[in-house]
Amino acid sequence: MTTKFNIICISGLRENLQMAAMFAATAAVSGSAVSVFLSMNALRYFVKDSHLSAPSEGEIGQLMEIKNVPSFQDLFRQAAELGDAKLYPCSMAMEVLGIPDDQLYDHIEKPLGLTKYLSDFHDGHVMTF
Amino acid sequence: MSNIKRVDARNSFCPGPLMELIAAMKLAEVGDELEVLSTDKGSANDIPEWISKVGHEIVECREEDGVYYIHVRKTK
Repeated sequence: MTTKFNIICISGLRENLQMAAMFAATAAVSGSAVSVFLSMNALRYFVKDSHLSAPSEGEIGQLMEIKNVPSFQDLFRQAAELGDAKLYPCSMAMEVLGIPDDQLYDHIEKPLGLTKYLSDFHDGHVMTF
Repeated sequence: MSNIKRVDARNSFCPGPLMELIAAMKLAEVGDELEVLSTDKGSANDIPEWISKVGHEIVECREEDGVYYIHVRKTK
């Protein structure tokens, strides 16, 4: 039976996004079904051509910026392209930030409301970052 | 004769070398061999783990001057 992981990203901090992306990519390429729900301060990094840099919480985040660590954006994209991961933007956060659907990267699915998300992904492990 | 494709992931960090290998494996044919180079020790452990989990084949793993050479064969 396929293991399911539901990853909920709410923080806009580099360390949180990186850890979520590492989990998503590794799980997705290892045969697990992964859903990633992007909300709160995590969402704005998935707007096309935003070139936003996520602030670091501490030392590791600062070191990751200068070392050749794969970016969380690349890891999330690889999770979707190389494995069975789907990334869903939170419709509430889209509305609050005023982001049109077509301004998100192409590997991001259509926005989902929490009710639909809970209904579709009520089983599986939940990880919140 | 199989192709041996080299994936140079030196100086990248986990899970970069694994993801680079998987991207290359997607493009490879069944029976092809690939060799990934990594300086990340965690990846040197994780890549063979992924290969056995997914069901591909490890041909050889070795370390030379701080570089891990992981030689694999795509089996499906």
